[in-house]
Amino acid sequence: MSFFEKLMKIDRRIIFLLIFVGVAIPLIVALNFELEITQPVRKVHGLVEDADDGAYILLSFDYGPSTKPEIQPMAIAILKHAFERDYKVVCSALWPMGVLMCSEAIESVKEEYPNIEYGVDYVNLGYKAGGLVTINHMGKNMRETFPTDAANNPISEISIMDNIKNLTNFDFIVGFSSGSPGLKEWVQVAHDAYGVPVAGGSTAVQVPSLSPYLNRENQLVGLLGGLKGAAEYEKLIASPGTAVKGMDAQSIAHLLIIIFITIGNIGYFVTGKYKQKRL
Amino acid sequence: MALTMERLGVWIGVALTFAIYSFLYKDNPVYKIAEQIFVGISAGYWFIYTIFNILKPNLYTPLTSDFGNNTLLVLPAILGIFMLCRLVPKINWVSRYAISVVVGTTAGLALIRTLQSDVITQMSETIMNPFSGPNTAVILGKWILIIGTTTGIIYFFFSKKHTGAFGATAKVGVVFLMISFGAAFGYTVMARISLLIGRLQYLLGEWLGIIQP
Repeated sequence: MSFFEKLMKIDRRIIFLLIFVGVAIPLIVALNFELEITQPVRKVHGLVEDADDGAYILLSFDYGPSTKPEIQPMAIAILKHAFERDYKVVCSALWPMGVLMCSEAIESVKEEYPNIEYGVDYVNLGYKAGGLVTINHMGKNMRETFPTDAANNPISEISIMDNIKNLTNFDFIVGFSSGSPGLKEWVQVAHDAYGVPVAGGSTAVQVPSLSPYLNRENQLVGLLGGLKGAAEYEKLIASPGTAVKGMDAQSIAHLLIIIFITIGNIGYFVTGKYKQKRL
Repeated sequence: MALTMERLGVWIGVALTFAIYSFLYKDNPVYKIAEQIFVGISAGYWFIYTIFNILKPNLYTPLTSDFGNNTLLVLPAILGIFMLCRLVPKINWVSRYAISVVVGTTAGLALIRTLQSDVITQMSETIMNPFSGPNTAVILGKWILIIGTTTGIIYFFFSKKHTGAFGATAKVGVVFLMISFGAAFGYTVMARISLLIGRLQYLLGEWLGIIQP
């Protein structure tokens, strides 16, 4: 059996082990690979950076724990940026677990911004079912859509909401999305129907389907794509977190996968398997 | 006490992580247990969440505290009960009325929004002058966009046989489709590796304390 024939029959568990080790080592020993900032991430940063003082922003947490490693770092980075600029942050969720993701993200930045006050600087409105229909209703009347916050306090008693009647009262919206309902629905309704600037962060899987919205119309102002997008944003605000730390591991894993694909393809041709498969 | 409970939570998380990853070696009872725990807890959490965070604040409280101003809520309440009729075989047909309202509303709204956002705007974004641009890269990008969109659509035009010049154009469309599938695959790999990184950050940080969590 030739070298390539052996490789073609390699146990898949060895590949899993190699990926596991390839990801673990860079997490322990930092390799500090160069991280290039892409245009869609710069645009999200520009949107947050250039808003007026005291701007009202809506952050929508449309994801759950299954995609937390990818999306939570970007939510934390944008929260830090928003609190740094003294914006008023209103959080909502189109996914039930988004409420918890929001609470965790805010808790994690409280140490850095101890003066932020619930109801004055930020509020967690909680989850609302309905997706597209809910966003449409938020565009008409926020108070009817969210009569209470996540802790069942009436909206009328929360001062940050005094100036918010509907979506058009927000300077911009940032959606954190891992599926549907998510960023696509925010673009379709909040931007395209109500004209509110929308930016966002999504899982890497979603990036190809959301990229067409990054156009001259600015349907989507900018996009943080997966862990890399989060790492780029952390770098832009000079606050490296879990995403930046994870990028070395990501690069090594990608390198390993490229090597596997290359060897697999060479083996495929050298061992003549392509002839057997051809119809 | 709180610290002990927190550590216990970390250990449970670690045990379940290893139980799930054990599937990579082969299917086994430990994996099955972890899987069943996940399904059970998710269902339980969702059930309680729906009652206390959706039904109670949006239906029960408004109806019991101010029925006069919330009379309309009786309609969705009835539709909700209709939906539950699915559980009774003899009257499960009643649930179709509730489903038809949900499907009709969503489809009607989504149709308009999809036409506006995904068809009309995307079409107008493809209409551009391919000869002008600040630099060669932008001009090249415009050409790629126009050729890719046109040939891609031609590939999906099945009312004419894919032969001759038409077939050749469709083949160019296939190349663009393959490139987009490759990009999608690359992003998918990135997403899956990110999840592994997240778990390893948990194991090495929260559990072993080797790295800063």
